Amino acid sequence: MASTAAVAVAVVPLAYLGVRTAEAGLDRIVAELWTGRVAWLSLRSLGLAAVVTSACVLLGVGSAYLVTRTDLPGRRFFAVLAALPLAVPTYIAAFAWVSAFDGLAGFWPAALVLTLCSYPYVFLPVAAALRGADPAQEEVSRSLGRGGWQTFTRVTLRQIRPATAAGALLVALYVLSDFGAVAILRTDTFTRAIFVAFDLGFDRTGALVLSSVLVLLTLLLLTGETVTRRRGARYARLGGARRAAARLRLGPARWPALAGLLGVAALALGVPAVSLARRLVAGVSRPGALAEVAAAAGNSLVLALAGAALTMLLALPLGLLTARAPGPLTTVLDRLAYLSHALPGVVVGLSLIFFGINVAYPLYQTTWLLALAYATLFLPLAVGSVAGAAAQAPPGLEEVARSLGRGPWGVLRTVTLPLTLPGIGAGAALVFLTGMKELPATLLLRPTGTDTLATELWTNTAVGAYAAATPYAALLVVISALPTWLLVARSGLLDKDDR
Amino acid sequence: MSEVVLTGVVKRYGPVTALDGVDLTVPAGELTAVLGPSGCGKTTLLRCLAGFERLDAGEIRLDGRAVAGGGRHVPTHRRRIAVVPQEGALFPHLSVAANIGYGLDRAARRGDRVDEVLALVGLAGYGDRMPHQLSGGQQQRVAVARALAPRPSLVLLDEPFSALDAGLRAGLRHDIREALRADGATGVLVTHDQGEALSVADRVVVLRAGRVVQAGPPTTIYREPADPWVAGFVGDAVLLPAVAEAGSARTPLGAIPITGASSSGAVTVLLRPEQVRIVPSARPGTVPATVLRHDFHGHDALVGLRLADGTRITARILDDAATAPVGADVAVRVDGTARAWPA
Repeated sequence: MASTAAVAVAVVPLAYLGVRTAEAGLDRIVAELWTGRVAWLSLRSLGLAAVVTSACVLLGVGSAYLVTRTDLPGRRFFAVLAALPLAVPTYIAAFAWVSAFDGLAGFWPAALVLTLCSYPYVFLPVAAALRGADPAQEEVSRSLGRGGWQTFTRVTLRQIRPATAAGALLVALYVLSDFGAVAILRTDTFTRAIFVAFDLGFDRTGALVLSSVLVLLTLLLLTGETVTRRRGARYARLGGARRAAARLRLGPARWPALAGLLGVAALALGVPAVSLARRLVAGVSRPGALAEVAAAAGNSLVLALAGAALTMLLALPLGLLTARAPGPLTTVLDRLAYLSHALPGVVVGLSLIFFGINVAYPLYQTTWLLALAYATLFLPLAVGSVAGAAAQAPPGLEEVARSLGRGPWGVLRTVTLPLTLPGIGAGAALVFLTGMKELPATLLLRPTGTDTLATELWTNTAVGAYAAATPYAALLVVISALPTWLLVARSGLLDKDDR
Repeated sequence: MSEVVLTGVVKRYGPVTALDGVDLTVPAGELTAVLGPSGCGKTTLLRCLAGFERLDAGEIRLDGRAVAGGGRHVPTHRRRIAVVPQEGALFPHLSVAANIGYGLDRAARRGDRVDEVLALVGLAGYGDRMPHQLSGGQQQRVAVARALAPRPSLVLLDEPFSALDAGLRAGLRHDIREALRADGATGVLVTHDQGEALSVADRVVVLRAGRVVQAGPPTTIYREPADPWVAGFVGDAVLLPAVAEAGSARTPLGAIPITGASSSGAVTVLLRPEQVRIVPSARPGTVPATVLRHDFHGHDALVGLRLADGTRITARILDDAATAPVGADVAVRVDGTARAWPA
């Protein structure tokens, strides 16, 4: 029951979006849809997604292979470096580039920034797959007379195809839903058009129709993901102990490889770092800057705390159910929660505004409506953590505890809670930190007069006050670095299993 | 010291009947092995005993007190039945001493029972270690100590040695049996390893497709199996068609005294390979045979033989090197009596 409530929260925005769009009437929808502008937006959005995804696959698979399968010097250092761009929210990277090269705008700069920010989404799963792949298959291919390159294309690339596809779809979803970077770099895509239509034009129907089209595109991508996931099952390894593959000797080729990795890192991390550092002194030394930053940080903290509390409350039953009672119902509930995760923040924000105005007016313009938006956006994140934590206390342990004479409450207190609380706590922290840096939903739903770190950055960037925006950007990078570190530490990239 | 009695226990999972009317008595202070192939219902039996599952029919009585059946279901934590699962399942966040003390009340935890059972399983002084600092065998010993600590009515061991390698298994098996005996505990060991069941248990219960096929001391199970399936399941068997007549059976190996089938007529006769002796040359009471193969096992060997009429049999011998090579013509005779069932 509780899990159903959690999923209801997750799908309310989606359902509401459908209802409101339908209310506009078929003629109006068709009129809004069959315009050159919608076609143009679709082309731009899909084009951006295609360009960024291809570039990310190239960068992600290439660097993953270099750091996991070759004798590249400093490969563990590069492994961490390749994951770190996750710590830079796209709107901060975009801000850093604009602040470094004034007047930067358009499709290709946006593609560059988004690629540099999101190639870790391909790198991390592919690196993990390369580490986990059974080297025996490559050895068999070699022993059957296939050379190194043929083995790579015919065996290795196919082993990592599910991971690559999953990462690529994640990137594509991410690009479709990204709002901050494209808005700062003034590139017209669906998200920006939705925001502009609503925020500046008060064109509700237009915003709703555009949102619906974006949701449809997202659904299309998600279906693709489900299909690859199903196919991926065929690549599961067949038992056997985990063994590291022999490393490829790069020889003189290691210098261009090193230069390439260093170049990507310089663009992805160096440019934002230098750009922020350059303006930070000027930004901090403005009169009253520290007080403003502190006030915004305080607001971010309160909003993120409320969001994290609500999200965990909803995620607990769903996560426990997913871990303990897997079945068709749980899968459906799980999938629905993930569907909402793929929804762009702009769309979630917009639908909750209409929901607030028309259905739950007392919530409108309060912290709680924004907390609800965070819950919608981050529920999958939290459910994953809870399910992972619950797996730390398998039912077998509880059965043993009961057989030793402890009642249900005793078992919960002495076994289940001590084992699961750390994981649940980590999940709450993750939701909290992610909420701190959320931009589009916060922009749309924050109570009037409440400025957060992300919205202050946005406001200052919009008027070209780069120095004033920099302290917020720097603080946000620090906040985002923490969950990234968690992710890197868990991915096993830091494990010492080098031979 | 408690006696456990199961009567007509039935457990179904949807359309699958896992236990199909199990009648079973576990004598107090003894170790009973429940032996069967995978999927025979032995783990379900254990889960029903522990109270993790509710019965669909039948009754379980512990010391004369019904704990399950007839609408009653005493919850696990009030049954005083401790479980040792397959992988030990130590609580990872508790030290060895805290794991062992888990089932004790506060006063007993401060007493010397924890050290007592630790010594019993040969791990004196390990109380401060954490589970991840122990080897697989040591974890299994701690799991047994944890189960013994609260002096339960019954200890259930669910294939506790299957995750360990062969060398370790034999030693641990012996030590744990001694620990149970020294503590006077009643135990049920679930296993699919017939060697394990025969060597450690006081009584063996053979389970097949959710029913008890045979129960008795290990020697009885081995020498007088209830049917040819049990004979083959608990050890190497030579099954021969024969004709019975007045306490003896005419077999391809000559006349052999039989037990079991009293009537005369067609029977199936069981010989164990160790009853078949190979002699270098024919003499009265032997039959000629040809050596087909040698399966060397280190401590002994199985020799495959073919009789003149084409019947294949095996013989167990201790000194493989002294035996005739493959292809050699030898003679065989049979020691002792054979078990016979109407064919």
